[in-house]
Amino acid sequence: MKKSVLLGTLAVAGLAAGVASASTLEEVQARGALNCGVTTGLVGFAAPDANGEWDGFDVGVCRAVAAAVLGDPSAVNFVPTTGQTRFTALASGEIDMLARNTTWTFSRDVDLRFEFTGVNYYDGQGFMVPRELGVSSAMELDGATVCIQTGTTTELNLADFFASNNMSYEPVPIETNAEAQQQYLAGACDVYTTDASGLAATRATFEDPTAHVILPEIISKEPLGPLVRHGDNEWGDIVRWTLNALIAAEELGITSANVAELAAGTNNPEINRMLGSEGDLGGMMGLSSDWAVNAISAGGNYGELFERNIGENTPIGLARGLNAQWTDGGLLYSPPFR
Amino acid sequence: MTIQVVALLLIALAFYWLGHNIVSNLRQLGKDFDFGFLWSRSGYDINQRLIEYSNNSTHGRAALVGILNTMLVAALGCALATILGVIAGVLRLSKNWIVARLMTVYVEGFRNIPLLLWIILIFAIMTEATPQPRDFRGDNPDASMILFDSVAVTNRGIFIPSPVWGDGAGLLLIVFALSLAAIWAFRRYAHKRQEATGDILPVFPVSLGLFLVPTLLVYFAFSAAISRDQYPLMGVGGQQGATLEQFVEENRNPSICAIPDTAVVNLSTELRAIGQRADIVSVSSAAQMQESLQSGDCVLAVMPPDVAATMAGSLDGVDLVTLGQTIDRGRPLQFERPQLAGFNFEGGIQLRNSLIALWFALSLYTGAFIAEIVRAGILAVSRGQTEAAFALGLQPSRTMNLVILPQALRVIIPPLISQYLNLTKNSSLAIAVGYMDVRSTLGGITINQTGRELEGMLLLGLFYLVLSLLISGVMNIYNTSVKLKER
Repeated sequence: MKKSVLLGTLAVAGLAAGVASASTLEEVQARGALNCGVTTGLVGFAAPDANGEWDGFDVGVCRAVAAAVLGDPSAVNFVPTTGQTRFTALASGEIDMLARNTTWTFSRDVDLRFEFTGVNYYDGQGFMVPRELGVSSAMELDGATVCIQTGTTTELNLADFFASNNMSYEPVPIETNAEAQQQYLAGACDVYTTDASGLAATRATFEDPTAHVILPEIISKEPLGPLVRHGDNEWGDIVRWTLNALIAAEELGITSANVAELAAGTNNPEINRMLGSEGDLGGMMGLSSDWAVNAISAGGNYGELFERNIGENTPIGLARGLNAQWTDGGLLYSPPFR
Repeated sequence: MTIQVVALLLIALAFYWLGHNIVSNLRQLGKDFDFGFLWSRSGYDINQRLIEYSNNSTHGRAALVGILNTMLVAALGCALATILGVIAGVLRLSKNWIVARLMTVYVEGFRNIPLLLWIILIFAIMTEATPQPRDFRGDNPDASMILFDSVAVTNRGIFIPSPVWGDGAGLLLIVFALSLAAIWAFRRYAHKRQEATGDILPVFPVSLGLFLVPTLLVYFAFSAAISRDQYPLMGVGGQQGATLEQFVEENRNPSICAIPDTAVVNLSTELRAIGQRADIVSVSSAAQMQESLQSGDCVLAVMPPDVAATMAGSLDGVDLVTLGQTIDRGRPLQFERPQLAGFNFEGGIQLRNSLIALWFALSLYTGAFIAEIVRAGILAVSRGQTEAAFALGLQPSRTMNLVILPQALRVIIPPLISQYLNLTKNSSLAIAVGYMDVRSTLGGITINQTGRELEGMLLLGLFYLVLSLLISGVMNIYNTSVKLKER
């Protein structure tokens, strides 16, 4: 009995060790599906719709990567993660990539051994309060009770903001956005703080969004982007350049509607290189030559994803702002496809 | 024998292999094994802290805050669970049909539904069914405080008055300690006398008298002596003889220097009454207070009259004025009651909803198990014991206390230890309601911010192991003292 248990353990451990050594790309291709970590539910960024299909801006990135790698945007297993579980899930290999409003910071990149593959949303931390409190500035929040998701950079920014302005506050730690919403609406906290985009998304789901104001102060830089584990640079490249392809596609005017037509060949060499009718950029990454066509047709280019999920015509109503193309005065700037 | 040696070797090999596997996997991930993170700045805040802690403290200190929070809820839980369990266990044996059935419903209901559901249910009731602090505001508020305006039940927790020690508290404590010693001596004397002569002295009334009378006398005497003392308020700038309200009107959110005592509490009460948060900087001496006023760290100070006399006019370049209002010096022991100021209730002690939900759920759940243990213990004492005691003429209460319970305890204690251990370990469900126990600080935020999963989890496991062994050790000592002694 003892021996068989032992042998079993050895066998399982050996298998686990064997799996860990294969490259992420091979693993994903063998599995036939991408394991993508997302939030537990933040409307507009990642949330299951009425049919149980995951939808949203971050989800769009996952689907684009799945389309580029496997040719099928629906070949994604979405793994909901909380602020506390996301890094463990990625480090342990439970997920292949994380697209979960995660802020790119030095320590996460260097010390936690992750690799950020770009920024898909430039954000900053804001505060939301009920209108009836009559607060018009974050500097009036001395003594307030603040709902805060634990294990996030917002938690640290919050502490710094109140300390540097010589104010006190009472943190109410919560795990998920849904929990925060419930606590905030019940009045268990006066203020909810998270990334401004998250606040807008949360407010859009309220019964009466006009009864809540988002304060003008943005207290931090929060560049949000997808990330992968350190050490597998080929996989990191795939995720990075898929995101870049979405951004470049918007700049070059490639949309989900015209991508098939443009893929046949155009007189713009950069479009030709990217869409595979000239050279073999896909082959250099170990993908098929139509990887970018697949990624763009999955959910459209960056601009289409933005407008459909969180743009001004959605209930969330976020303006492009910093997230406009560099040609429009924003920060989005994809390196050339060459 | 050979098989045992082989098995031992195999097990040792397996452990070696597991260890090696961890080390090589960590190396592959490029991670080292290092506890240095415990001494780096944590950067996050914790709402419930039993010791001094801020976001400038270390991760180690954050872990300590969490450890104390875990121990607090475990101790509170064990105490309440024992009380509930004993009551329910005894009542379940009651001859009254309704009482016995009710207890059956309690026991079966709580021990057959998962603990997590109870925690979340109690928390949801606490946050959804109670008023927000802002409902207490206004001339005709939706909610009001209870028990002579001393307790506020809100959806952020229950605010209760907190005791504050003032001048003369030391004397009060000495008198109280002496009273306790006198009670102990008297009971000893009464016990000896009863054994010698059979006379029963009125132990309870005398004890109660000794417990209360001397302390109360000293308290009132001391209060009468000092309670009329008034401490002056010194402000920087403003008008000579202004009231506190006028001063606050001119200086929004003034920072206040004071040597912590009851006068500070009285000042805070006055401030909150005019809707101002009390932002008090503690100083340790008159000299330090003078320095703070001079440097502008605080603009208002409360101090004894003699200190005020020396300070007036001694500050260079600072226009120090005496306000027209004075503050009571206070009593040896005072209660600071919660008041609405700013966004929230301030002053007093806040029992957060997370603590209450966790505490009650753990107690009710474990209490149901303890009730069954107590019932089993009582049923284990044979009926003959009760009958024999009655035959000797013992009253029912004495029969219970002197005959039944001491014997039942021998059966009750060992399973009770396991229940205490269960409760302690179950307290790690705190994360469900955001209670900042060690699982949430060290095992949650710290691990997340530093990425030290292995180290954090090992420390967490070690802590629960040590705590459980400690509880078990202490309870075993108690068990040895009550168990059947063979002579």
